[in-house]
Amino acid sequence: MRIGVYICHCGGNIADVVDVKKISDSIRTLDSIIFAKDLEHTCSEEGQNTIVEDIKTHHLDRVVIAACSPLFHEKTFMKLLEKAGLNPYMFEMANIREQCSWCHPSKSNATRKAEDLVKMAIKKSQYDRPLQKTSMTIGNRVLVVGGGIAGIQASLDLADSGFDVYMVEKEPAIGGKMAKLSKTFPTEDCATCIIGPKLTDVSTHPNIHLYTYTEIKNIEGFLGNFTVTLTKKPRYVIQEKCVSCGTCAEKCPTKVPDAFNEGLSERKAIYIHNAIAVPRKYLIDADHCRQFNGQRCGICEKVCSTGAIHYQMLPEEVILPIDTIIIATGYDPFQSELKTVYGYGKYENVISALQLERIIATGSSGPPLRPLGNRIAFIQCVGSRDEQSDHEHCSRICCMYATKLAQLVKRINPNREVYIFYTDIRAYGKGFEEYYKRAQNAGIKYIRGRTAEILEDPTTKKLTMRVEDTLSRQMIEGEFDVVVLSNGLMPAKSTDSVANFLKLAKSPDGFLQEAHPKFRPVDTLVDGVFIAGCAQGPKDIPDTVSQASAAAARAIRLMNKGEFDIEPISAFVSTEKCDGCEKCIAACPAKAIQMIDQKAFVQGALCKGCGLCCAYCPTEAIDLAYYSKDQIMGEIETALSSKKPDETRVLIFADNTCAYRLADNVGTARLSYPAETRVIRLPSCSRITPNMILYAFAKGADGLFFGECDHKASPFTGATEAIQRNIRIAQSVMKTIGVDGNRIFFTELLASLLTDYYKAITNLIKIAKKEARPLNDDLKQQLLTASLQVLTEEKGGTL
Amino acid sequence: MIKKAIISEASETFCKKVIELSGEMVSRCDQCGTCTGSCPMVIEMDISPSQMMRLVLLGDESVLEMKTIWICASCFSCTARCPRGLDASKVAEALRQMKLRKAIHYLHLEEIDREELKKFPQMVLVAAYRKLTG
Repeated sequence: MRIGVYICHCGGNIADVVDVKKISDSIRTLDSIIFAKDLEHTCSEEGQNTIVEDIKTHHLDRVVIAACSPLFHEKTFMKLLEKAGLNPYMFEMANIREQCSWCHPSKSNATRKAEDLVKMAIKKSQYDRPLQKTSMTIGNRVLVVGGGIAGIQASLDLADSGFDVYMVEKEPAIGGKMAKLSKTFPTEDCATCIIGPKLTDVSTHPNIHLYTYTEIKNIEGFLGNFTVTLTKKPRYVIQEKCVSCGTCAEKCPTKVPDAFNEGLSERKAIYIHNAIAVPRKYLIDADHCRQFNGQRCGICEKVCSTGAIHYQMLPEEVILPIDTIIIATGYDPFQSELKTVYGYGKYENVISALQLERIIATGSSGPPLRPLGNRIAFIQCVGSRDEQSDHEHCSRICCMYATKLAQLVKRINPNREVYIFYTDIRAYGKGFEEYYKRAQNAGIKYIRGRTAEILEDPTTKKLTMRVEDTLSRQMIEGEFDVVVLSNGLMPAKSTDSVANFLKLAKSPDGFLQEAHPKFRPVDTLVDGVFIAGCAQGPKDIPDTVSQASAAAARAIRLMNKGEFDIEPISAFVSTEKCDGCEKCIAACPAKAIQMIDQKAFVQGALCKGCGLCCAYCPTEAIDLAYYSKDQIMGEIETALSSKKPDETRVLIFADNTCAYRLADNVGTARLSYPAETRVIRLPSCSRITPNMILYAFAKGADGLFFGECDHKASPFTGATEAIQRNIRIAQSVMKTIGVDGNRIFFTELLASLLTDYYKAITNLIKIAKKEARPLNDDLKQQLLTASLQVLTEEKGGTL
Repeated sequence: MIKKAIISEASETFCKKVIELSGEMVSRCDQCGTCTGSCPMVIEMDISPSQMMRLVLLGDESVLEMKTIWICASCFSCTARCPRGLDASKVAEALRQMKLRKAIHYLHLEEIDREELKKFPQMVLVAAYRKLTG
């Protein structure tokens, strides 16, 4: 082995605290070390050139760089190795800045810790083996879930770029919520007029395959290889034959509230979804049609001149091979009934904003769907920003849609008095503030206060509202003809099934979680799956459209070349050791493991490299590349080998997604904590098997800390349970041996909560200092013997 | 005691009247407080200029009984600085007009002794008549 080691000064960021010369001197003498250099700025062009030259002249086969966090520059240096002709995975980084010099002010302590961290990285590098980046071919088929404006925009962008789009919509027609709107703020474009042409574009585009009235039954597979099963619900009208003449609906005897008009009007049991429906074809509502409910009817069949009615139609299953997926499932409006103090459903004159949209939208073509009266009040934040309704989030669009609706109703009848009761007006978008001022100019009265309750006069049905004007600090009472609830935007229920098939994470507000809030706002943590529109969070039409185009571009980025690179850090199986128990299959959160010839087989493209499988394997047949058992054991041993008898030492196992990032952030914030810690970076702490825990104690650890992503934010489902299981098993073994197993701490963390991490670590060290007793050689030996075995739940208790 | 304001057609008629007389769209007021901050007379007032605007918006006629509308010196500091381009002094003027048009006489010349009356400068009488009679 020929290892080259670089210690970075990072200007003075490292060298002011850590004695870099001392470290390079002490490691120079170690085995396989060709040289150990300190560089002023390793990441600078000069530093990079030095490394490339060194690799070539000294024929290095491994490089270790002690500098900043690997989260910061790992990729930079890996590329450098590649440039110098070395496999990028023959590389290790020791984080002596964020997790050393920045958080340990004592020079001697920081230097001691840095030396250990460098030695741990060297030890780990000795087990590194070249990992080959592979690529997989990928086709050009995209599934777009949802036919609202987000799905439409993404589909058109993709289809125009030459990709095959499969658009699935659960309703009988596309257009989503936007098709229901009257006008759009702040420009007051007619919603129908601007979405109409787009609907036609979708239905006539040669690259778009439209599946309306269709649900997703299942999604399996991975990027470039998804299998999607759709269920087309029966329309009972043969689409090819229907000429949408409307005779059937005219003659149909059954009337049903029209959901498209928010229940304000009636439609027939055989109906067309809406006036601008695409596809413009009739269908039968089997829940209400007499023919399907034990009554004889058959009128539509008799009157249909093209013979399009087909009562025996069955659901149809469609299986599609898909390469990438865009989720554009939108939102559900807050259910007004849930806010009982406003009396929606009980008081006839309390209506929802979407109902008002329909009243105005249909206003030009006939009598209004319902009278509006002369005195109208809007209540803002219904269901949003309201912990009574369990929704903390702001729905972003309600201020502006209420401002729009208020102006529209006032314009229809200028004598109307229109009030908007709000908590804050958030006019954040382009042209919004101007639009708000226009509304105020038109005489719309904005009263700052959240309506406490509405009372109805039982005879006149007028509504009395009680609310404080928090600007004049007066109690306001007013009587109104109609009260409009500006309902917030809630996560769509229909998103759940798709999210479950694909194991997509949700943020605390219930909307889908993006991979990174700043830099990957339309990606999910599942490769090849993107989100657009309100499925990710409330947003207005321009934002939705931008996001949809972004999602399309991100999907194109993967498919355009016809192949994509696969991260080579994945689990691998030793077929000799594998006994085919299938425990790894059950454990794998990515569903990446299959049985082939009764042996486990890992599909590299699917494997996320978390190492959960390794913890469950009873024969140690499965291991994880770049984080192998030997590497972790080696790191544990090195981290503890420098420990003096009177010293305390705590090992921190930190997952790459949250805890390691958090530890970096603690350093960046210059919070100082004791230097008795040694960090081992892992894809997930579930990689730490019970025997590794025993090994750590046998080698003298005084405490172990497991920091893992909160299970809600974790990309690896089941990691928390696996860690708890592993700790439990190790603790039961320690109990039988007679060693205190209480100094193992496990915390779920979020990368933003600095103080949680900092406090937990400080606390653990305090406890370890107080309670840890050195083990005698016999106990150490027993622990060591136990750590050589594979420990499972069953064995754990009986050792 | 918390004051209670009733929003009704009566309150709205009052608000409309002020808007008509002053030419200022009071619903445009954002209650930012720039007018109050700019007013040189504010320490003499019982309600601040922004409060005056608010009461007008709510159609609260008690605004007519406030000293503020009389203390306003029409210096236009508020007007010069209002970010929404409103003229609060015009609103105060409209309110003064409305109060005066109620034709309530506070000054009754016949009750004043004639000899004493002769001592008053004419300007004082004219000003008193302007302010204290309808």
